[in-house]
Amino acid sequence: MGSVFSGIRPILVQGGNVKFMTGTALLFLVLGLGLIGWIVGRARASGFVRKAKGGPRGTVNSLPYYHGWFVAICAVVPALLFMVIWQSLSPSLVTNMVLSAPIAAELPQDTFARAAILSEARAIAQGFQATAFQDMSDKLVPLYKGALSYYKWLGVAATLLLLFAGGAFAFTRLKPDFRARGKVERVIMFGLLVASLIAIITTLGIFASLIFESWRFFSMVSPFEFLFGTDWNPKSVVTPGADNGYGAIPLFWGTIFIGAIIAMVVAIPLGLMSAIFLTQYASSTVRKWMKPILEILAGVPTVVYGYFAALTVAPAVRDFAVMLGVSNAASDNALAAGIVMGVMIIPLVSSMSDDSIAAVPNAMRDGSLAMGATKSETIKQVLLPAALPGVVGGILLAVSRAIGETMIVVMAAGYTANLTANPFDTITTITVQIVALLTGDQDFGSPHTLAAFALGLALFITTFFLNYVALRVVKKYREAYE
Amino acid sequence: MNKAVIDPTPTDWNGHIMQKRIASRYAAERRFKAMGFMAVALSTLFLAFLLFTMLGQGLRGFQRTEIAVEFDFPALTSGATAASVTGPNADAALNSMDIPGLVELAVGQQYAGLGDSLLTSAAAANVRQMLIDNPELVTSKQTLWLPADSRLDVAFKRKGEPAAEKTVAALSEKDALRTGFNWTFLTGADATDPSAVGIWAAFKGSLMTMAITLLLAFPVGVLAALYLEEYAPKNRLTDMIEVSINNLAAVPSIIFGLLGLAVFLTIFGMPRSSALVGGLTLALMTMPVIVIAGRNAVKSVPPSIREAALGIGASPVQVVFHHVLPLALPGILTGTIIGMARALGETAPLLMIGMRAFIPAAPEGFTDAATALPVQIYLWSDEVNQGFVEKTSAAIIVLLIFLLGMNALAIYLRNRFETRW
Repeated sequence: MGSVFSGIRPILVQGGNVKFMTGTALLFLVLGLGLIGWIVGRARASGFVRKAKGGPRGTVNSLPYYHGWFVAICAVVPALLFMVIWQSLSPSLVTNMVLSAPIAAELPQDTFARAAILSEARAIAQGFQATAFQDMSDKLVPLYKGALSYYKWLGVAATLLLLFAGGAFAFTRLKPDFRARGKVERVIMFGLLVASLIAIITTLGIFASLIFESWRFFSMVSPFEFLFGTDWNPKSVVTPGADNGYGAIPLFWGTIFIGAIIAMVVAIPLGLMSAIFLTQYASSTVRKWMKPILEILAGVPTVVYGYFAALTVAPAVRDFAVMLGVSNAASDNALAAGIVMGVMIIPLVSSMSDDSIAAVPNAMRDGSLAMGATKSETIKQVLLPAALPGVVGGILLAVSRAIGETMIVVMAAGYTANLTANPFDTITTITVQIVALLTGDQDFGSPHTLAAFALGLALFITTFFLNYVALRVVKKYREAYE
Repeated sequence: MNKAVIDPTPTDWNGHIMQKRIASRYAAERRFKAMGFMAVALSTLFLAFLLFTMLGQGLRGFQRTEIAVEFDFPALTSGATAASVTGPNADAALNSMDIPGLVELAVGQQYAGLGDSLLTSAAAANVRQMLIDNPELVTSKQTLWLPADSRLDVAFKRKGEPAAEKTVAALSEKDALRTGFNWTFLTGADATDPSAVGIWAAFKGSLMTMAITLLLAFPVGVLAALYLEEYAPKNRLTDMIEVSINNLAAVPSIIFGLLGLAVFLTIFGMPRSSALVGGLTLALMTMPVIVIAGRNAVKSVPPSIREAALGIGASPVQVVFHHVLPLALPGILTGTIIGMARALGETAPLLMIGMRAFIPAAPEGFTDAATALPVQIYLWSDEVNQGFVEKTSAAIIVLLIFLLGMNALAIYLRNRFETRW
């Protein structure tokens, strides 16, 4: 198989059914034993309480179930940590054991050929592959089988040993005056902190993986060509210094044209006017019914919008263009994708405008009305100027949402890079090209795959910047009226 | 009568100029209001149009065209008995009957000259299932209604190719066509023949992906929300966590797909296009939504609850887990359901991690190659065959029913359990 991860295939892939199943079984065993530890710890602490009943009050420091939790945590947590570490460690241990056998000396010196044979032998040993395509692999299969089961049972034994050791240690520490609650609460606080750190780890993970793959890409294709080139026709084999068809300007333009221009021309007037009508004019009954209906627009999955755009809107737009006399109207035109994307964004613009208009102090509106201004004059000349920062923040968020939107453009816009301002022409965007580049069976290190990450980096930086500015603007504006 | 003093300033409200000006101002007011109304109406109309288009096309996807085929079983099977197709040897007996051959023979005899592909490729499997369900059939002459080929299906329901239209006309004359409910669509998997496709495999893939997502995103999201609202000290680290969460909530979903591809597939080597990786990727995407909803819910619990609990001797951890969390749970659940609905409709990140493969059977485990309902919709929308149009819309109807159901549940929970303090 020549798919993305042909070279590298550790842990779970090889695990597949066989190994994953034993992993799951072991996990349940560990958790079950932890439950037993909880019951035993609590029973022992209940014994303390019963004894203390006759004696002086307050000799038992913590409630019985805290003792139970203490035993369970001491038993389960180290065992689980060990399982995770063992999962990532054991594949290389298995390979080392196989390579240390005398027969391994016959393996070819070439790194790739070697890795191919080893991975094939491993796949057969685990029952993923029925027959070997390389003769050498067959000889290694029994070795792999032996090594795999050896390390598997070693891992299971070590996990259980660690579990019982932890449980026994915790059990011996249980005493009436043992501060089990303090210890358990410290673990809980630590768990809370770790859960919050996952957000940072994810952000860093996104940033690091995008930067790393983009750096690999830019070592093949010059960043200058990528950022300023106008020819997008990516070649799968690149020659340094030459024009490789990785000029992303048409993609940047397409993204801006569809997401920031056409979609906004639809979304800003409709969203803003809907918010104004629903907050200022509509009766409370109308408002109560229409707000959820508008929110449904935001809840419709993008793949449905994409299908609707491609199947219904795009042909209609093309017919309209032909009626206007535009001869080269494409069936996958930019206008259809942009219009549908704009409709998808309406609820976002509407709710952000709603919030910022509601935040304008009532005194300003009342003052304007008292001077004799009509409602619309008050809205246009008092409320909107006062709410402008919030509205602009909402629009920036909407733009960020639109340029990152994928399915609508993948299904309704085209795949041809085109530097044109004709909305009836076909045009492509960053997200469409990311999907296009990652479709098919390239190797992970190919310039196509890496280019997708470079485009992803450009998208990530742009949306990050837009979101950051938008949130700052909205926050500043809220503070101004507080 | 005093000499009339004409006031030069425009405060004479009954004067001609002022009346005109007021009239034009009121006209502007009405125009503005009408514009607002138009905006709401247009948005609603668009939604209605979208839903009606999907319903109009999709309802046909739940139906199939069936052709009456007469089977003279005693003659065709040379005297098989009901007993021979039941019991432990039924499989072998049915295999030796060569049912595909029987079907071809029966159709050939009855509808000679109407072309050779009247029935869908799954028709033989249907006959086999009918015989297993009711072995008595094999002892007599029977008329069975079997699903028609996709071309005829399209031609019977709306307009198809001229050749197919002609065949349909000929069949209708013999009264050999009817419309039945397409059970295969609810129980089957992806196929190359649109009359044999079903959404069960994709739906099961979606369910498994959602299970992983919920299992990971819910606890992490709730714990993070509790930490940030209740315990986090004001420092650089907390600021960084807040910025990360706000940013993650707005990162395009396709970026999460790239992360899943680079980290889960390439570095950790997890199985490509599996529900496990899909669930992990969507969990990272859903977690910030749950954190933000959770923080709002925790924030709305009044401080007096905390103070009362602290006052009678609860520790800070007990205050949060015994009092604040249960009171905030309805709000957290509402946010979770909305986040899960978003994840259920998500397509782009799943495409990145390879869930776009052709999956002809439902996945058995979390590491099996799977696909998800929105991805299946995308794949079918790409098919050239006319028969897939109604299947795509029908799958969209199923997806929308689930999404709207989840959102309705969230609204119900909010109204039922939300406490106004």
